[in-house]
Amino acid sequence: MTAAVVAQHSTGVQGARERDRVRMRWALVAPAMIIIGIFGVLPLVIIVIYSFLVAGTYGGVVWQFSADGYFSFLFERDIFDGTLKFVPDYLEIFWRSIWLAGLTTIGCLILGFPTAYFMATRSAAQRNYWVFLITLPFWTNLLIRTYAIMLIIRDEGLVNDFLRGIGLIEKPAHILYTNFAIILGLFYSFLPFMVLPLYASLEKLDFRLVEAGFDLYATRGKVLRRIIIPLAKPGIVAGCLLVFIPALGAYITPLILGGGGELMIGNLIGLQFGTSRNWPFGSALAVILLVTVMLALLVYVRSGTAKHQVGHG
Amino acid sequence: MADQVIAQPVEVAEALRRPQHSGNRTLDLKRQPGFGTIAMLCLFMLYAPILILVIFSFNTSPSVTRWESFSLRWFDKVIANGDIHDAALNSLTISIVATIVSTGIGTAAALATTRTRPWPGQTAAYMTINLPLMVPEIITAVATLSFFALLASLAGINFGIGNLILAHSVFCIPFAYMPIRARLEDMDLTLEQAAADLYATPWQAFRRVTLPLLAPGISSGAALAFIVSIDDFTITSFVLGPGQSTLPIYIWAQLHKTGVTPEINAISAILLVVSILFVTLSFLIGRKRK
Repeated sequence: MTAAVVAQHSTGVQGARERDRVRMRWALVAPAMIIIGIFGVLPLVIIVIYSFLVAGTYGGVVWQFSADGYFSFLFERDIFDGTLKFVPDYLEIFWRSIWLAGLTTIGCLILGFPTAYFMATRSAAQRNYWVFLITLPFWTNLLIRTYAIMLIIRDEGLVNDFLRGIGLIEKPAHILYTNFAIILGLFYSFLPFMVLPLYASLEKLDFRLVEAGFDLYATRGKVLRRIIIPLAKPGIVAGCLLVFIPALGAYITPLILGGGGELMIGNLIGLQFGTSRNWPFGSALAVILLVTVMLALLVYVRSGTAKHQVGHG
Repeated sequence: MADQVIAQPVEVAEALRRPQHSGNRTLDLKRQPGFGTIAMLCLFMLYAPILILVIFSFNTSPSVTRWESFSLRWFDKVIANGDIHDAALNSLTISIVATIVSTGIGTAAALATTRTRPWPGQTAAYMTINLPLMVPEIITAVATLSFFALLASLAGINFGIGNLILAHSVFCIPFAYMPIRARLEDMDLTLEQAAADLYATPWQAFRRVTLPLLAPGISSGAALAFIVSIDDFTITSFVLGPGQSTLPIYIWAQLHKTGVTPEINAISAILLVVSILFVTLSFLIGRKRK
């Protein structure tokens, strides 16, 4: 009887403590939630609202409902009779962004996988240095790194000087301001995002399985294809997303390496808020890009690989 | 040698077994042909552009492609340039304040989201903190611009450089948060419990036990927040008001105006060195805990 009362009493105390504990946790995350809520989430809500408004003459918006922001993505309104005409220009830029980001992802995977595998098979001390060396460029200024690429590949750059020096070409090859330059820049910017998650999953690889493969007369190629790559799948999925998403929304890289001619969706959005002064259209584009990114993330979380992966940002 | 001493028994067993595997031919289980070369190639591709940029900032001639001789003249020019002073001062002000704000907020958030049974709201908190990492930068940039424009037109509020500080603080939070959280996850609760057993109040236990143990994580997070802030270009370029400039903005404006010059290389080199110094520091502090 008394024992039961004591037990009941103590759960009561524990319940109060539990409530205190939760309250304390909330108090501690509150500043982060408030700051990110006001200056991070609210602006996104504003963008969604802006995408349904009318553009002001000197930038900004007029508070009047209109779906023109979304219509302009696919159609152009005829200035004389007001009919909508299908214009694929913006859709093409969006589509090009997707395949440039896709090619970048494939390039990063092809070179990043062997790199991550090589890193994962080093000694513990060496692995630390490799991780550091691969991560370091990520923390340096993206604008400066892109500028460095531009220095090398422009017409008077080192690559062209070298190619002319060995007599391979006579006139400089135009590399800068092409799709190839953008892919190169994106590859260079986001390679660490591919290598790190791949490394995280390859580091945990159980090599007894590889040995078993060899024991069963598998060749090296077969061991790689049938054992190592399937086991590294969570890392491959995470790496591909971590490259694809920022590459799709890239702004600096196409700005510098694509010149004015080769736009990606990020630049198109930027332009609407700059010289084009069409904020609702820019907002609509931003919403379209954001939805695409969120869908990609959702697919990733649903695929169940997310929980095996340590977050690398 | 050193890592052999601390090698796990399994690794030792594996190492012993490896040479004898399948009799006459030695089979290194882990080797894949060509992978080492590709890894080196990747390192080369990551570092060559940066190195070339830095090397040509020391070039005598105004060419950033043909080497003449060593000189510091471009650095002298950078140091003497008043516009760069203003931009650097702005950069430092924004980054230091944003670092302090985001590290403080990140520390509190990390304390709330680690070493605990799941509590209601934890997932929401975690997602909010990581949100700035998931949204493409250009979207954050135009959204923040719209937000401040709306604030100015509706309420006439403009914080000046404070707009930039607020914008920077937001995207710095996850970067400050991550190392602090990692550090906390490595710490068990025994020391804090011991402090509580010795009649320390929760605040005393935090101040005297948790905080000193957490200090490396906090400095590591602050270092990352600082460089992410000082290097930011995209968000800054949309949010900044007339007359405001930061170092990356100055670099971009110059690049636009005069094209490639060794002076740009020189400022870039300085910014690169700052970033590399801070990351190395963060890495070294972070490694000590192991």
